[in-house]
Amino acid sequence: MTSILLEPFFQRAMLAGLAVALVSGPVGCFIVWRRMAYFGESLAHSGLLGVGLGLLFSFNVTLGAVVTAIVFALLLLALRRRHSLATDTLLGILSYTSLALGLIVVGLATGAASDHMDILFGDVLTVSTNDVWAVWIGAAVVLASLAFLWRDLIASSVHEELARAEGVKVARVELGFILLIAVMTAIAMKIVGLLLITALMVIPAAAARRLATTPESMAFIAAAIAGLSVISGLLASAFVGGASGPCVVLAASCFFTLTLAVPQAS
Amino acid sequence: MLKANDALLSARDVTLNLNGRLILDRVNLDVRRGEIVTVIGPNGAGKSTLVRVILGLRPLTSGRIERLANLNVGYVPQKFPQTANVPMDVKRLLSLTLKPSDQEIDRALEETGILHLKNARVPSLSGGELQRALLARALLRRPDLLVLDEPVQSVDFIGEMKLYELISGIRKTHGCGILMVSHDLHMVMAESDHVVCLNGHVCCEGGPEKVQQDPEFAKLFGPSAARMIAAYAHHHDHDHEPHEHHHHDHRH
Repeated sequence: MTSILLEPFFQRAMLAGLAVALVSGPVGCFIVWRRMAYFGESLAHSGLLGVGLGLLFSFNVTLGAVVTAIVFALLLLALRRRHSLATDTLLGILSYTSLALGLIVVGLATGAASDHMDILFGDVLTVSTNDVWAVWIGAAVVLASLAFLWRDLIASSVHEELARAEGVKVARVELGFILLIAVMTAIAMKIVGLLLITALMVIPAAAARRLATTPESMAFIAAAIAGLSVISGLLASAFVGGASGPCVVLAASCFFTLTLAVPQAS
Repeated sequence: MLKANDALLSARDVTLNLNGRLILDRVNLDVRRGEIVTVIGPNGAGKSTLVRVILGLRPLTSGRIERLANLNVGYVPQKFPQTANVPMDVKRLLSLTLKPSDQEIDRALEETGILHLKNARVPSLSGGELQRALLARALLRRPDLLVLDEPVQSVDFIGEMKLYELISGIRKTHGCGILMVSHDLHMVMAESDHVVCLNGHVCCEGGPEKVQQDPEFAKLFGPSAARMIAAYAHHHDHDHEPHEHHHHDHRH
């Protein structure tokens, strides 16, 4: 039974999953601070369209997901500036339109009979060596960019107008952060699946919120909890044989529940 | 209107038209060094919008804002999420966009009377304590001009008086100009040098005495308002409590 741990595919999944966790923790903190959970979710849904287009025209699906998520994010920023609809309504329309479109395009590319569980909920069997490299490089890029934006992002997460009045280029910082979520979506796709990516960002961060007293400690704790969730979730998925995404997310939920027993740090 | 050359900041015919609604209508305003200018007006009068325009946070339809070159502005916003999601203590709140030394932080907190709260978590602060922390934050920028948007919100009556005394003291010790916004009439008058009564356009302005006798003022706030302010000013004249006496706000 333990032999599965020695299987190369499982080790690849674990390697890629840990890279994802390293990024999803800190990025998730900002999603929690900025109340952007729904935004992250919509961005992830839009990635499916990119996957479908990638399959249809045979280019890299990860690249496809990144590009559509970025286009989606820019579109949303532009539409939001015009204030014509409430942001959550706008997100709902765009998110489900792109999800529906994505499902149809993926269906066209793979044949109607196949299901798309692996894209939507993650499948460790599909992680190739190239994927591991792509995930680690993507994770490094996201972490480096996040470190670069860190102070300005925190200032604008605490109080956007105050940050602007004090010279922070909030629009630029916000754009940078949205691009980071788009990249994050693509690299987490194979491990937790497009439908569950936001959970791996939000739940560890929410758990860390109860334990942390500074923004930095919250980011570190969130990364650690995300890492533990990936390890225990992938193990559970290997032994039970379930899809990897739900197992990882459920593990994160268990850790969050455990933190409820700890008194709020601040 | 003549250009005021000694002004730190001047608003000239500032007009803002939003979807056909005139929010600000040819507003003129000057703030000089060592002067407290208070903008009062009913809800929806455009007070906070005026502040945002003056700070350059939103574009205006016409008119212009003239600032002294290299003007340092300290800003205390109207709404600050007290249960901020980002976990941090007061010290960190003061260092968000600046990198002040420990001594600078101590000095600023001491000046606003909350040095003992340096390591307190921001969500644990009372309304008055949070305002004092934000004021300390603004002072760290060595401001030539302090912009305070409704500085006494969610502060109890006694805390309000103390806060206005603190603000008045800051004007004296730092020699900065202060632009303050308030919808509350009781307190602002006594400490202000110049009061601008705003309701989209400037209804009336001048010294506190002059404004409260202005018929435009009575029209905007009702005839009883003027009497209440007079009553407060009288009470305030006879308040000899020393400024150094620290009064701690009640936690809510």
